[in-house]
Amino acid sequence: MVYFLCLVLFSIGLYCILVKRSLIKIIIGLIIVEYAINLVFILFGYRFAGRAPILAQDQTIKNMVDPLPQALVLTAIVIGLATTALIVAIAVRIYDRYKTFDITKIRRLRG
Amino acid sequence: MFELYALLLFMIAAAIIAVQIKDLLSSVIAVGAVGLGLSVVFLILKAPDLAITQLVVELLCVIILIRAVVKRETTTTEDTYGFLTVIAGLIFVGVFLFFVHPALKELPNFGEPLMRVAKNFIEVGQAKTGASNLVASVILDFRAYDTLGEATVLFTAVIGVLVVLRRTGRKRKDEVIKDDE
Amino acid sequence: MTNNNTKGMTLIVKTITRLTVGLILLYGIYIVLHGHLTPGGGFAGGVIIALSFIHLMLAFGKDVALKKVSEPIASLFESIGAVLFLSIALIGFVGGYFFLNFIDKGTAFKLFSAGTIPLCNIAISFKVGAGLFAIFVALVLLKIGSKGEE
Repeated sequence: MVYFLCLVLFSIGLYCILVKRSLIKIIIGLIIVEYAINLVFILFGYRFAGRAPILAQDQTIKNMVDPLPQALVLTAIVIGLATTALIVAIAVRIYDRYKTFDITKIRRLRG
Repeated sequence: MFELYALLLFMIAAAIIAVQIKDLLSSVIAVGAVGLGLSVVFLILKAPDLAITQLVVELLCVIILIRAVVKRETTTTEDTYGFLTVIAGLIFVGVFLFFVHPALKELPNFGEPLMRVAKNFIEVGQAKTGASNLVASVILDFRAYDTLGEATVLFTAVIGVLVVLRRTGRKRKDEVIKDDE
Repeated sequence: MTNNNTKGMTLIVKTITRLTVGLILLYGIYIVLHGHLTPGGGFAGGVIIALSFIHLMLAFGKDVALKKVSEPIASLFESIGAVLFLSIALIGFVGGYFFLNFIDKGTAFKLFSAGTIPLCNIAISFKVGAGLFAIFVALVLLKIGSKGEE
């Protein structure tokens, strides 16, 4: 059930990429898709009544959550920031050339 | 698990607001709300590393988006193509959700992870690497190659942004820079 | 939020920035250095360090911030971080294989433990922090150019 809610979030972002016409809205859809995928990975590794994967000095911990998906998602979050910055830079340049964010008008004008 | 469901519903509501609202500045702020909810969900799912990283990264993302949106005049624009495209989009998303639902049954149940590889990491992690934070020992010792790849991706993205946004000379007298190719 | 490119924000924002921006930088360095004991690590710490400089630029205008860390210095730090990370990996060849953790592991739960992991965290924080600051500076400088051309 929790996985299904995550995929509903993913499909909201997917709908936004497909249907919207302004470039900033497409970028927002991409960001939402990324958040949903990172969340699904962490949900795969959760254990009921688990503890964070950090060792303590005075207790031995027997039930940790899975540290491997957390390591992968840590990398993925920072890569998501890098691609968002690049696509926003391209969008800013497009606005400077064509004076609009509308993707149908970008196809027609030849600056 | 009540908090998890409540926060997920909050994130879905904020995402629907971010998609449908016409004003661009408001939808950027709604995306910031989605990211903040995600950071608290990471904390509930016992992943403190990720909560810190997700909070600061989404802050930076919202700053960059606001920098791109404000003072550019298209804050209210006609948004979608037309009624037919909206219906086609909804049908596509509905078909996707319908076909992914049986695939979710193959996964292990929520709350009982498989942990075949991670069992070994937890047992020998501190002895072999000496670190107490097991996630740090995984990303910097057991799987350090992935971190090298990620550093390369970040480097390439920074070079890409600096090339795209390059202005040769900011205050020349009458020269208008047309294009860089 | 009009003219925050050259003149900065109001007096309240400037006063609070003067008090807190040093603390934000110190907090980022703390998260980087203790990455092998508590949650955090190189990526989160690097982004926090970049955020402290961006805070300075947003509150005071771009000239003050660019006088402290100019663009060539930022790209120099990013290259230093990348080369340092690679050289730590390549030195592992001496012991046996790529990325070998060759420094003495030390006793657990102390600051100077865990081999090459703290050094890798410091290298990554240089790279991430300087890179993100360079991205933001490029966005701000473009805005000045575009406002003067239309």
